[in-house]
Amino acid sequence: MKHLPAIVLFIWLGAMLLARAFDVHGNDIDLNAILAPPNLVHPFGTDDLGRSILARTLRGAEVSFVIAVLVTLVTMSVGVLVGLLAGFYGGKIDKLLMQVTDIFLAFPGILLAIAFAAVLGPGMANLMIALCLSGWVSYARLTRGQALSLRNRQHVQASLSLGASVPRLLVKHILPLLSSILIVEATYSLASIMIAEASLSFLGLGIQAPNASWGAMLRDGVRYMLVAPHYVLIVGLSLMSLILAINLLGDQLRDKLDVREA
Amino acid sequence: MIKRLLSMAPVVFGVLLLTFLLMHIVPGDPVEVMLGDSASIADREQLREELGLNQPLVTQFGSYLSKLGHGDLGKSIHTNTPIVDLLSARYPATLKLAFLSLIIGLVIGIPLGIYAALKAGHWQDFVVTIVSVRFSAMPAFWLGPMLMLLFAVWLGWVPVSGMDEPASILLPALTLGFGLSAILTRMTRTSLLEVLNDDFIRTARAKGLNEKTVIVRHALRAALLPIVTIVGLQMGSLLAGTVITETIFSWDGIGRLLVESIEKRDYPVTQACVLTIALSYVLVNLATDLLYARLDPRVKHVM
Repeated sequence: MKHLPAIVLFIWLGAMLLARAFDVHGNDIDLNAILAPPNLVHPFGTDDLGRSILARTLRGAEVSFVIAVLVTLVTMSVGVLVGLLAGFYGGKIDKLLMQVTDIFLAFPGILLAIAFAAVLGPGMANLMIALCLSGWVSYARLTRGQALSLRNRQHVQASLSLGASVPRLLVKHILPLLSSILIVEATYSLASIMIAEASLSFLGLGIQAPNASWGAMLRDGVRYMLVAPHYVLIVGLSLMSLILAINLLGDQLRDKLDVREA
Repeated sequence: MIKRLLSMAPVVFGVLLLTFLLMHIVPGDPVEVMLGDSASIADREQLREELGLNQPLVTQFGSYLSKLGHGDLGKSIHTNTPIVDLLSARYPATLKLAFLSLIIGLVIGIPLGIYAALKAGHWQDFVVTIVSVRFSAMPAFWLGPMLMLLFAVWLGWVPVSGMDEPASILLPALTLGFGLSAILTRMTRTSLLEVLNDDFIRTARAKGLNEKTVIVRHALRAALLPIVTIVGLQMGSLLAGTVITETIFSWDGIGRLLVESIEKRDYPVTQACVLTIALSYVLVNLATDLLYARLDPRVKHVM
């Protein structure tokens, strides 16, 4: 039971790699099997163009996962850098940063990402830009708060009085203390970015046809729900299992690394 | 209180600035994107003139603000209707949906949270907590279709989508309400458990009050205070959540208007919808803070 989330995640990753290795792209059209329920040839059934839902689910998972990892890396790097500088230097820089983040946080939930994606236009690159533009703020806030209190720790002050440069201080003495909270935060953000990506693709702002994405598949699934309920159900359950696995893994990491909930 | 109001000013200004700039991060020429390749040069010039795009940025922002001040949000490029009319036609539907979701969230979340807190450590608490923690992580575009499949397609209790029947509001409201109830359950549980350890509860028990009175009259009163803040903050995500939920269930609110405007590349409408949702969020947060100060006299000093 305890290892279930990790196992589920590994199964997904393994299946994605296998799909990649055997070059399963899910774009083969079988017009004799439109919206077919699960059967021997297509274990998860087919979609409205007769494409294998299994293949498309795997491809969609891969796209979603890659985007989540890349966006997390970018938003975390930018957010941590900005947060460290603001928290460490304080004063005017800090004030300005807090103003800017306040403005970003005044847009609830995914609204800002929707707005950016809307004006940038659809497509994977623009989708990632939109997610990055709206995602760095929470990291900046988190890091700033931590840096603010860590700045006054004795080992930091000691190293400062020994003449350590600021970059050295930040990287060698403050960042390591932040690492566990950042690892936990990054795990949760993988899940939330996958959700955000799927939301945008659901609205038609993300990944474009014929490429597979869970958001677009869910939208099509809703469209054909009356004739082919398996479609929306399978994509829905896939999404749920992966998101749950990642979030539960985040919980376990949090307990293990002893990070108190913010 | 005045101070709190004043502290809102930079945020509101920033929100206005950011929404204004949206039109200017369109890659290439926004007029071309909106009108397409086939539009004549004269048409393009006219739209550019109308939107004031050939003026300096600062002038544009100034006139944007002054128009807003006069309640003028511009016109839809497609239908030429004033955007204010579009918004006032759609906003009530969104409010109705958000309000019902809030009630559903409260009605499910608070009793469940109390139950979990009273059963703390038992299996009932464990089940409620796991379900609520995980439910709050599931997005509306997942929950919506699942509820639709269960209640509309398989059980046939409610209409699949649209706004024609009174029962149509149930599924979208449940979709939004469930997510909210999960968060409320968790917060009520934590908050009540904290309060139950306080001295005044021990005093109440020592006075010989029965357990029910202790919980309802003493503990809950104190425990529900933080819930006000959570509800306020969540109203914001509720407003954002309506964008997706309304799209799923064809509910003609402001969220769907936003999505439609994006599909038609009607940027002025997009801009206005984003602004309206963001400003509603800011206002709800402000109202929450003020209400909280009214309910909890301890906060006044800080403000």
